[in-house]
Amino acid sequence: MIRFIWPFVIFVVLAGFLYVGLHLNPREVPSPLIGKPAPDFKLAQLHDPTKQFSPQDMKGQVWLLNVWASWCVSCRVEHPVLMALSRQNIVPIYGLDYKDKREAGMEWLREGGNPYVISASDTDGRIGIDYGVYGVPETYVIDKEGVIRYKQIGPVTQLSLHEKILPLVAELKAK
Amino acid sequence: MKKILMLLFCLLPVFAYAGVAKDLAEDPVLEKRMIGLAENLRCLVCQNESLASSRSELANDLRQEVREQMLKGMSDQEIIDYLVSRYGDYVLFDPPVKSYTLLLWYGPFALLLVGLIGLVFQLRKRKSRIPEPHLSDEDVKRAADLLNTSKDF
Repeated sequence: MIRFIWPFVIFVVLAGFLYVGLHLNPREVPSPLIGKPAPDFKLAQLHDPTKQFSPQDMKGQVWLLNVWASWCVSCRVEHPVLMALSRQNIVPIYGLDYKDKREAGMEWLREGGNPYVISASDTDGRIGIDYGVYGVPETYVIDKEGVIRYKQIGPVTQLSLHEKILPLVAELKAK
Repeated sequence: MKKILMLLFCLLPVFAYAGVAKDLAEDPVLEKRMIGLAENLRCLVCQNESLASSRSELANDLRQEVREQMLKGMSDQEIIDYLVSRYGDYVLFDPPVKSYTLLLWYGPFALLLVGLIGLVFQLRKRKSRIPEPHLSDEDVKRAADLLNTSKDF
């Protein structure tokens, strides 16, 4: 009897590992920036390059930083979600137009609607590197002290919005 | 005239290439150092390629970043620390020994140990299961005879 138990135990353990592995997303790299202050920057605003935007301006507020680009296909998936969110006035969304041409970025917002209070132009992707961006779209939840609390890699979906982002925003706002 | 024109066309790709390779280092020593470093770093977009071999846009930017940091006089370790602070341990092909990588680093040795212990137990068990046969003097002689005759084969 015991002869059969061991192979069975090994099989169950292995199957358990494989089953968990089946549901992991290898594309999701945990960000080391969570719990750290959002890297500072000063970038020209997309719609008015004479003005600048900096995360410093956002101290005291809970806000979302959404990294997007006109060339980014998945951004089109999350765009309706962001539009709906911006209409609800729960949390301000700021955009980082990543490695994009200014005209193309503005054109895309004209066409699809603009969910952002302000978008900053990260034309050469420098700030993207500071934020550890590797796949657009990415969304950061930043608290009143300017600390990154959550990073959504890939499009914001209804599910991630209602399960993760909004509860977290409510919690951070209450602090 | 035609020949000169042809020659000029042949030279065209040379100029085109010069445009693409613009940010490739003017300094071959630096470039070599950058490539050496980038070979041990993972490209995040095309996850199983190194930063040195990847042709993705992000890898390009990151290589440029590494070059510039080298020009600023940062050491290899400082540059690696910078990238790890942005992208996490994931960028390293050589993961550091940490609490959650213990299984990765020592798991195989633990398995080997378990296997060896299992083997020792199995061998002992087998030894005790095969009884040592008791031979009388006559049996020993017969066996010796048999063994001797078998030599003739």
